[in-house]
Amino acid sequence: MSGGVDSAVAAARAVEAGHEVVGVHLALSRMPGTLRTGSRGCCTVEDSMDAQRAANIMGIPYYVWDFSERFKLDVVDDFIAEYAAGRTPNPCMRCNEKIKFAALLEKAMALGFDAVCTGHYASILTDADGNKELHRAAAWAKDQSYVLGVLTADQINHSMFPLGATPTKAEVRAEAAERGFSVANKPDSYDICFIPDGDTKGWLGERVAPVTGDILDREGNTLGQHDGAVAFTVGQRKGLSIGTPAADGKPRFVLEVRPITNTVIVGPKEALAIKEIAGNTYTWAGLAPEHPEVEFACHVQIRAHADPVPARAQVVSTRAVTGRDGTVELRIIPNEPLAGVAPGQTAVVYVGTRVLGQCTIDRTVSAVPVTAPSLIPSASASPATVNA
Amino acid sequence: MVVYLDHAATTPMLPTAIRSYAEAMGVVGNPASVHSQGQNAKRMLEESREIVSESLACDPIEVVFTGSGTEAINLGIKGVYWARAPRRRILVPGGEHHATLDTVEWLVHHEKAIVEWIPLDVQGRINLGALEAAIARDPLDVALVSLLMANNEVGTIEPVAAVAALAAAHGIPVHVDAVAAYGYIPVDFRALAAAGVSALSVSAHKVGGPVGIGALVLGRATTVEPLIHGGGQQRKVRSGTQDVAAAVSFAVAASAVTAQQLAPYPRGAARGVEAARLAALRDRVISGVALVAPTAMLNGDPERRLPGNAHFSFPGCEGDSLLFLLDAAGVSVSTGSACQAGVPEPSHVLRAMGRSESESRGALRITLGHTSTDADVDALLKALPAAHAQALAAGMADRVPGH
Repeated sequence: MSGGVDSAVAAARAVEAGHEVVGVHLALSRMPGTLRTGSRGCCTVEDSMDAQRAANIMGIPYYVWDFSERFKLDVVDDFIAEYAAGRTPNPCMRCNEKIKFAALLEKAMALGFDAVCTGHYASILTDADGNKELHRAAAWAKDQSYVLGVLTADQINHSMFPLGATPTKAEVRAEAAERGFSVANKPDSYDICFIPDGDTKGWLGERVAPVTGDILDREGNTLGQHDGAVAFTVGQRKGLSIGTPAADGKPRFVLEVRPITNTVIVGPKEALAIKEIAGNTYTWAGLAPEHPEVEFACHVQIRAHADPVPARAQVVSTRAVTGRDGTVELRIIPNEPLAGVAPGQTAVVYVGTRVLGQCTIDRTVSAVPVTAPSLIPSASASPATVNA
Repeated sequence: MVVYLDHAATTPMLPTAIRSYAEAMGVVGNPASVHSQGQNAKRMLEESREIVSESLACDPIEVVFTGSGTEAINLGIKGVYWARAPRRRILVPGGEHHATLDTVEWLVHHEKAIVEWIPLDVQGRINLGALEAAIARDPLDVALVSLLMANNEVGTIEPVAAVAALAAAHGIPVHVDAVAAYGYIPVDFRALAAAGVSALSVSAHKVGGPVGIGALVLGRATTVEPLIHGGGQQRKVRSGTQDVAAAVSFAVAASAVTAQQLAPYPRGAARGVEAARLAALRDRVISGVALVAPTAMLNGDPERRLPGNAHFSFPGCEGDSLLFLLDAAGVSVSTGSACQAGVPEPSHVLRAMGRSESESRGALRITLGHTSTDADVDALLKALPAAHAQALAAGMADRVPGH
């Protein structure tokens, strides 16, 4: 129970469904004494009090469990390391993967509980053979199945999402008000919880030492200097501070961030189009496909609020690419080239409304290949693969 | 039926204290008013002060009522520090209650104080040699020494008179936090003052009185700067209209404390009847825990400890797992004293006693009080085996899942 409206209503519904429910608030970031005023982070004293008041009203016990050390290690430090490696991580997915449905679930199971119930908007359905499947929520506008894409079959078997079938958030708020929860009108949280003022760049700047480097175009020409590659994300247009305009007069975008050479590569918008996405770290959200090595039709979604696009996917041995044995990757080919893809993001694969699985993106292939020979080594392989 | 074994957090109010509280709240009159109703309120207040002073073996004029034990401690430390300016050194043992730790740290950050944390031994007792050496480094610059009379977490009784003697040799005032000790061991301010103690803090709700009133016993010769300014009540040390009803209720609880202390000790016994009763229950807890969990360690001094206190480390268990499982089984215990938004911190007391962080996390405090019975201990020992086995299986929160 975060102290928000969704988890409060989810808990109340679980109580009504006849489960024996205990409210647990996760102490994740240590910002002692912070209150919500002027801060949109979670885990504040006020959030904890809100969660406890809701638990009181529904008459269930309430505890605070401290996972702040694990959170720092698995989520915050990972977030910093990923950015430092030129990748674009999603800390909420890491938190679901490592904390909410791992550390918390495991502790809960050990203490005698059967499942973790959260206020995520997603559905768990059972197939004809009794296997649990993860699906999108009824309300697509609120659907959070993307950030749950990292869950494995075992985790899904021990998860409950009572809000999955609710058509609108307004309904959840109305239900919260009816139940007398003080959080009925509490604003949603959008930001990264451990960066309460929302200034991700400033926050990262304090933690990753910025080193000046070159901004290059796709022909290998130096266009200018940057104050630290970490501050840039793929697809970014503003803040490049390149004095001279492009020859064709079109705006330039960040195409790649290469931490090893500390360079930022920019180019025209069409070069942002990605025709292939792949990742070594992939999981199946439920029963794995019987023949994942056979290409199958799917939809791929690459950000929490991105639209899913039609694609083909398959598990491929990377030997052809890297020359090394033993590595396999999930490779996804969008039917139309896709913009705004960056290494470190998670590609979630859907079949219909079902979440089939996901991979963390290790490498992307641009639809418009790079021509400069000096840049080619990592044009087909991302920094991370070069690193490996 | 819930079994309450967290009397150190707060203990049930005495029924007579509740009745007197309610009755006194029905009486109008500000004790500072000149008319007869004011005088009546003043009489109720001062009678209460006398009764409270008896329980602490001090003079009524020395009792300054405060809003809490924490406020008394703040007044005893900040008030003495300011009154002793420009002296800057404060000597405090490591395992104090947060009311002391945070007050001292505030003085360091805002009032240029220099704190020296005096080490504890493995049983939580102050290292007198270290204190003596710390005083000797610059005795003229020491503003005060503050320490617990008995540790609120692990129950160890501190050598307060010996500490006071070391400080008194250099004219250094000593503040004693007797909040955990009051009602469980005799608190004799006259004897302590003779040894060199200047001020002593207690709280009513730890002895069956109401929450919302405490007291600083302030020796006549001790001056403090007030924290609160206003009408100049209570020797101008603590302004604000005095809470007559709370004082009346506190007095009822204090008279029970006095009655226990004045009761003749049974022949050959080292303590009074109630303390002996609690110590017997506590020893049942200690031997019962040793049977259920042979690896559990009793923390604090096994002999010189509060009669109602049993404090353990359970290796391989999170204290909050044990607390949760016992709570689910209807037994209320504690992991220690301090909770920020309900977050159990690794015990700073155990850390100060030289324990590892994981040992400091697996701590459980079981405290008995005036309503405790053998049936309560039976219920705890019945619930503990399953809770302990399951908490062991759940392990420590900092381990990696799946390993």
